Amino acid sequence: MHFLLGNLTLESLPHEWFTVAGTATLILGGLFVGGLLTYFKRWVWLWKNWLTSTDPKKIGVMYIIVASLMLFRGAVDAAMIWLQQSIAVGAHNGYLSPDHFQQIFTAHGDIMVFFATMGFLFGLINIIVPLQIGARDLAFPFLNSLGFWLYVAGAILINMFFAFGGQFASAGWLSLPPLSEIAYSPGVGVDYWIWSLQISGLGTLIGGINFIVTILKMRAPGMKLMDMPMFTWTSLCSMLLVVSVFPILAITISLLWLDRYFGMHFFTSGFGGNPMMYVNLIWMWGHPEVYILVLPTFGVYSEIVSTFSQKKLFGYTSMVVAAFGITALACLVWLHHFFTMGAGSDVNAFFGIMTGVIAIPTGVQFINWVATMYKGKITFISPLYWFMGFLACFAFGGMAGVLMSLPGADYQLHNSLFLVAHFHTMIVSGALFGIFAGITYWFPKVTGFKLNESLGKKAFWCWLIGFILSFGPLYILGFLGATRRLDHYDAPGWQWLFITAGIGLLIIGLGALFQVAQIIVSIKDRKQNVAGNDPWNGRTLEWSTKSPVPFYNFAIIPTVTNRDQFWEDKQAKTQNLKPKTYSDITMPKNTAMAIYCSGFIFAAGFAFVWHITWLIFVGLIGAMVCVIIRGLDEHTEYTITAAEIEKMENIKP
Amino acid sequence: MSETTLEHHHEKTENARFGFWVYLMTDLIMFSALFAAYAVLRNNTFGGPGGGDIFNLPFVLTETFILLTSSFTCGLATVSINQKKLKQALWWLGATFLLGASFLIMELTEFHRLIADGNGPQRSAFLSSYFTLVGAHGLHIAVGLLWMIIAGIVAYKRGLTEKTASQLTRLALFWHFLDLVWIFIFTIVYLIGVL
Repeated sequence: MHFLLGNLTLESLPHEWFTVAGTATLILGGLFVGGLLTYFKRWVWLWKNWLTSTDPKKIGVMYIIVASLMLFRGAVDAAMIWLQQSIAVGAHNGYLSPDHFQQIFTAHGDIMVFFATMGFLFGLINIIVPLQIGARDLAFPFLNSLGFWLYVAGAILINMFFAFGGQFASAGWLSLPPLSEIAYSPGVGVDYWIWSLQISGLGTLIGGINFIVTILKMRAPGMKLMDMPMFTWTSLCSMLLVVSVFPILAITISLLWLDRYFGMHFFTSGFGGNPMMYVNLIWMWGHPEVYILVLPTFGVYSEIVSTFSQKKLFGYTSMVVAAFGITALACLVWLHHFFTMGAGSDVNAFFGIMTGVIAIPTGVQFINWVATMYKGKITFISPLYWFMGFLACFAFGGMAGVLMSLPGADYQLHNSLFLVAHFHTMIVSGALFGIFAGITYWFPKVTGFKLNESLGKKAFWCWLIGFILSFGPLYILGFLGATRRLDHYDAPGWQWLFITAGIGLLIIGLGALFQVAQIIVSIKDRKQNVAGNDPWNGRTLEWSTKSPVPFYNFAIIPTVTNRDQFWEDKQAKTQNLKPKTYSDITMPKNTAMAIYCSGFIFAAGFAFVWHITWLIFVGLIGAMVCVIIRGLDEHTEYTITAAEIEKMENIKP
Repeated sequence: MSETTLEHHHEKTENARFGFWVYLMTDLIMFSALFAAYAVLRNNTFGGPGGGDIFNLPFVLTETFILLTSSFTCGLATVSINQKKLKQALWWLGATFLLGASFLIMELTEFHRLIADGNGPQRSAFLSSYFTLVGAHGLHIAVGLLWMIIAGIVAYKRGLTEKTASQLTRLALFWHFLDLVWIFIFTIVYLIGVL
């Protein structure tokens, strides 16, 4: 039996309220979606048009859908944390056991960073970057599909603990050793953590390589690097960071796995292992990861500010330099996460100064955005609202960060709720607000109709007010001495602050409801909200093609001579010229091989968690065979004739 | 094939080559993380043997020469590909394979000897990092050998097209890259360990 199932036994099946609830949600959710698909006879449609597609726009939409689900999943964790902290004071122990509470904040962090935010960003980059550079596809369409499905495999695996094992990692979102070692975390939780991150991280790495090649090699003829739109620039910076640091993550968690699986001693407390090496390695990935998350949204904001101010972006060159400055500095600050390691004043001073210096390129971007708006013809529309909200929150959170970059201050604030408030300010306003702004901004490009504006503004106000109410008290609590990850505290004076934070979360929840309503209402009213190809009087190439974008993106690849090419074309009134002749287009075929390959890798990951040796081999060899079969396939592309293109181009939307 | 399709294929090859370079750089970072771990842990022998006690330098030097020679024969295969001499290229590739396989067998022999002597990766942090760094290189060699078999058969069956030639060129890049990493392993792990 052990040969067949490894460490998996009947006791691994759900028997606690939250695992039963989680499993039931997974099963019922699956049945519900499956039922809908069967009822509407959409299985084949889903498989052919979406799941096996290599079209980056469709993959992007799927990324955003999965990321939305994971955002909801992470938000449920957040709500449970806040509920516990609102009631667990003095004699009350709250409703969660300490171990369960630890699992929740661990899962919350991992899901929000790896599966919600990263998913949204890859979604936006997939949809928009090829359009902005005038390309028809990515450099490696199959690898793009594979990257997406590995991300999905990771997202499923991180939720599998509900059904099998009943426990997630409880060692914090980065699973620091020696706590995460087998001696102190003997269960499968950390193994689920390792393999869901390893698999989705592999997908991210593949995506990073793909986008670097795409941006550097597949730009439209004439488009010089300094003609690229800002979002493409910052996406490139983000992907450069991905390929620089995700390999470190892969190795770091592999070493932890070797410790746990084979009894090695990289990070153990005995046998010469060095836990602080793990902390160094993981933050060499972890700090740049923050910039991987916010750099693309800096690009989104740049596009939005310039479009809705009807002005070209102020200080384009300095924007590019600043983005690269942030990219470089991102790799030189990791030690500020653990000044308390005691590396000595010289080392701490270096990393403290480097951290403070990051405020300079970020400040350059801020000033450029504001200068872009100065004397612009501003349309106050919800994407710009998100931007303004970001401007205020991010400046505040950034200053809190500069405060903590001083090692002396950090010794006080380290591990406190002040820090928690700081990084939530950065990620929520820096990444999440930008993602919402970007989705609103580019929604018409993908669907052909605009999102409901009034509901969008309501959602924004709820998010902003809720966010300030949630995290404002955490800054204060941090100063009062509340450490992070408290499942219980004895200071009754803190409770009202925790309750205020909880109320803030409820308001954020209301904002999320408005967003759901916004999408439903907008789909219902899509006839009234038809957007046209260029709804915002845009500047960059994505607005020059049809909405929704045809699968080949551009019937004729545009020739670029300017930054803001589409804007210049509009000034010269040459934007809608019909081409005299069309030519054949070669496009990649759909492929299911990425799904099979990710399925095998998923099986291997599950087998690693449970020590099912035969399944490990089946999974790894299966995945390798899939890649080989795909590599040998000579017929991965097909040609659309010029006549067909002409026919499609002449259909009125 | 029309001119645009040819151009399209050429662009694909070019992208694949550049993408492979980027991949190699990510692999290089993985190795540098392993090197860093080794550098941190190499003195943490926890009462067990250190590098000087267990490394057999003449044996490793032989390994090194075999791998360097395989890199040479791999380079000759590339030259033959550039001269469009497929048969000759496959012979050189075969020689590379044999040398690579010998290297791998020698490495496994060394691992086996160490484990049999009770100096396995569980013995101390130093040995964990040693086995992992050298083993990661060995794993890459194994993947390279597998790739060599497949790419060789495909090139034999399909002839020297732009696609198969580009495949073999990337394989050669990979092989030289592993050679380069090995030179660092030889220097940092073995030479510094023994001297």
